Amino acid sequence: MADTAVVEKKAKEPLFSKKNRQLMVDPLDDQNPITVQVLGICSALAITTQAMNAVVMTISVMFVLMAGNVIVSLMRNGIPDRIRIIVQLVVVASLVILVDQVLKAFMYDVSKQLSVFVGLIITNCIIMGRLEAFALGNKPWPSLLDGFGNAVGYGAILIIVGVFREILGSGKLFGIALLGDAAEKTGLYGMGYMNNNLVILPPMALIFVGIIIWIQRARNKSLIEAH
Amino acid sequence: MDKNSNGYTFGFAIVMVIVVGSLLSLAAVSLKPFQQENIQKEKKQNILASINVVTSRSEADALFSEYVKKQVVINNQGEVVSEEDGSAFGIDVKKEYKEWKAGAREESKLNFPLFVCNKDGEDYYVVPMVGTGLWGPIWGFVSLKGDLNTIFGANFDHKTETPGLGAEIKESIFEEQFSGDQIYANGEVAFVIMKGGGGSDNPNGVDGITGGTITSKGVEEMLQRTFEVYKPYFEKIKS
Repeated sequence: MADTAVVEKKAKEPLFSKKNRQLMVDPLDDQNPITVQVLGICSALAITTQAMNAVVMTISVMFVLMAGNVIVSLMRNGIPDRIRIIVQLVVVASLVILVDQVLKAFMYDVSKQLSVFVGLIITNCIIMGRLEAFALGNKPWPSLLDGFGNAVGYGAILIIVGVFREILGSGKLFGIALLGDAAEKTGLYGMGYMNNNLVILPPMALIFVGIIIWIQRARNKSLIEAH
Repeated sequence: MDKNSNGYTFGFAIVMVIVVGSLLSLAAVSLKPFQQENIQKEKKQNILASINVVTSRSEADALFSEYVKKQVVINNQGEVVSEEDGSAFGIDVKKEYKEWKAGAREESKLNFPLFVCNKDGEDYYVVPMVGTGLWGPIWGFVSLKGDLNTIFGANFDHKTETPGLGAEIKESIFEEQFSGDQIYANGEVAFVIMKGGGGSDNPNGVDGITGGTITSKGVEEMLQRTFEVYKPYFEKIKS
């Protein structure tokens, strides 16, 4: 390993340099994984009927994405090119199994609600995408920030959709009745309001995501593709 | 070292599999007790739900010992195998059913648990059961009133039935139909789940689920098969 000795000493980059901050902020808007890159849509449709599910899914994805990014980044110089996708898959799959086991042990009700979707984190394109596109070529700290930023960008959309769907669909937020009691006809229900069952169905989430994309592109013209 | 040589690639893969495998098995083993506890508490909640006692997970243990007075295990001849405390709760009917279906366990070796509950001075008999739906296993608890014939409450669950169709068996709109119906007529199991008109005027039937016929028939088969086994025991304790 003689060739490593000639590396010149660079000034140490501050932990939250402009470049690093950009890694966390970009995925929230300009590079949002759901609304701009249109990744991870399946889980956004499936689990957003209740805001609480969206929060737990966000935390789970955040853990898998950050840990996966760091692990792959640490191993990036040792991973043989030919099996790099398999290595990434193994890392993600084992982290997902870990999340699933922990949820089953300590948040049993949530784990029953999320059931197959936790397993499906493996197929969430955001995760493999970040591992392949970022962690494989960057140091652990920027990878951690990148994972955090993307998970927050993903989670923000999930939680916004979840909040709207739960309020409109069940009249609740985090399980607390907001609009009165549907059975007793109190509050808004007394005035003739009814829960919109359509909102509970998965296709409606697509419409919510569409509306968010519309609003975002109306505000930020640079996101509109030129034809 | 050449990172792209076959030897290096194989070595890397082997080391990675060993490391990941041992980490995951460590996690699985250490979390097992917590998961088991959750499953047990859910079972207690379901048993209590069949006698219309709704509990939270944290209260399940206390309420279970408050309401469940006696546990009995019988065999497929209706003879009592065990009456010890906790004996019936420890039996995993799902596992036994699976083994029986696969031919790994003889029918005479199956155990049939029964929970005798006391609520507001009345005795209720909770019968656990397991069957097959359209896509996978279904199971449930049905409670009978003191006459050992009239259904007091029912609680069903499933693993993989279609949401909106077969999965409706766990919704109260289906479960509530069972209350007040009768299992036996003239000493035979007469309970059916039928298409239309089963409802209020038929004491031995309930309406099936629209679009969930196979799951409904699965519930029917499960009830008929299970209550056939309990019939001799019920007749014995009635006389």
